[in-house]
Amino acid sequence: MSADAGRPARGGAPLEPPRLSLSPAWRRRLAAIGWGIVSLGLFAGVWEALWFLGMLNPLLLPPPHMFLADIPGTLQFFDRSNRIGSVATGGGVGALLFTMASTTLRVVIGLSLGFSCGVAVGAAIHYVKLLRNLLLPTILMLAPISPVAWLPVAIFVFGIGDVPAIFLVFITVFFAIVLSTGAQIESVPKNYIHVARIMGATQRQTFWKVILPSILPSLFMTLRLNLFAAWMVVLIAETVGVGTGLGQITSMARSTFNAKLVFFTMAIIGLLGFLSDFALRQVQRKMLWWIAPNQGGAR
Amino acid sequence: MSRPAVSIQSVSKRWTPEGRAPVQALKDLSFDVEPGEFIVLLGPSGCGKSTLLYMIAGLEEVSGGTIACDGEPVTEPSAERGLIFQEASLFPWLTIADNVAFGLSVQHVQPVRRREIAIEMLKRVGLGDMLDKKPDELSGGMRQRAACARALAMRPKVLMMDEPFAALDVQTRARMQDFLLQIWRDSGASILLVTHSIDEAISLADRVVVFTARPGQVKTIVPIDLPRPRQSRDPRYHAYRDMFAELLADEVDRAFAEQEAV
Repeated sequence: MSADAGRPARGGAPLEPPRLSLSPAWRRRLAAIGWGIVSLGLFAGVWEALWFLGMLNPLLLPPPHMFLADIPGTLQFFDRSNRIGSVATGGGVGALLFTMASTTLRVVIGLSLGFSCGVAVGAAIHYVKLLRNLLLPTILMLAPISPVAWLPVAIFVFGIGDVPAIFLVFITVFFAIVLSTGAQIESVPKNYIHVARIMGATQRQTFWKVILPSILPSLFMTLRLNLFAAWMVVLIAETVGVGTGLGQITSMARSTFNAKLVFFTMAIIGLLGFLSDFALRQVQRKMLWWIAPNQGGAR
Repeated sequence: MSRPAVSIQSVSKRWTPEGRAPVQALKDLSFDVEPGEFIVLLGPSGCGKSTLLYMIAGLEEVSGGTIACDGEPVTEPSAERGLIFQEASLFPWLTIADNVAFGLSVQHVQPVRRREIAIEMLKRVGLGDMLDKKPDELSGGMRQRAACARALAMRPKVLMMDEPFAALDVQTRARMQDFLLQIWRDSGASILLVTHSIDEAISLADRVVVFTARPGQVKTIVPIDLPRPRQSRDPRYHAYRDMFAELLADEVDRAFAEQEAV
């Protein structure tokens, strides 16, 4: 009875068969998930088919069912003490999660530091003429250098450990955010500033209450565009200068010719990259609530 | 007699664009705005009437002459001189109520009091049920009313408007003009409104200041001697319209001739 309370009664009409009613938002979400599964399935299917037809060497390109089949066996290699040539002592799920967490943490710390320092330096350069003259030429010179080229520098300066990996992620976003901050402050609508001035806002209030919220959407877009680059860079740093993390596992797997481990780790990396992009989108939606989804950097 | 709300004396403005000859935007402009008076600035586009508003607001400096409000020379912007732009320029990251309360938050008014004032102002402009909407969710006319509420929340003595209704459709425009007269009566502020619409000038103004083409000068000041609400069917209304059309046509011709000569 109560379920029908909201519906206007239609006298004499035959009862509709009970139907699963979903809100349009949920229907869209389910459709997206469905297509995701289809897309991945197609990719894996082609791969499996090529193997089945004997066109792929399973030692070099093992199809998904092979590298996903023996997960406990693969997990043995995720061990903190694991080095090339050492005997696998059995890492298990805990060690896998530890490896994933350490890589993810490096990305998150590097991105947060790079973002906040980038905004601070970008704003300082924009407002203080002396700083602009002193720093901008150097920044423009350093910005195009690939973060990977910084790796030796990072190791010389910080040694082996977490710091060089974090530093590389930092470099990946820092310059982009510095340059984008300046450009975005430049393009804040003049009337926004006029309104703030007429209302008697100080320079500081104008920056925090008007300029920052106004440029934040575009900066967030820049951050998201550089997220994947950050993931690439952290892996490279890990293969060389850290000794833990997913990059180290991939490197070890390559050296020991363990194709299954390579592809398993790649799958994990792909998953993490996807999840971190998703997480960043959620943060964006919460923090930048006034921007419609998919509107990105638009104002 | 009471002091004029705004006193403009032999004001001029020159722009000096980089690497080009200076442009004389305004030349030797003088007139007073009485407290509570509704002044419309009417002129061909590019005659510098908006520049005058920006200078009264304190956002631009005068090149010569003086502007005084309530006897005090204008040196910097002040909340007592509100300015409304052609676009509402509401902050998209604030709700309508927070937009209206923005000036109060800058001046450290307590949040509870801020909200009260915002609600009162929004009710006054007929947006009492739009408090927690985003600016995107409002129509153009509503946004412009919210911008009015934001300016009124600071209790300005002078309210300036730079072609506030130019971006609205004709029907909304007529409604907004009625609304503006209401606001004007309630607040007791002086209003300075820039437009190039003759009908807007006749329906709203106590006095119309007609500008010449660039360099902008006061061509003439015409008091509109019609009872409000003004009917466009009134023959006197037509007489005013013909007069303004003629005054403006001269200036537009002059502006065109000048452009061709260059």
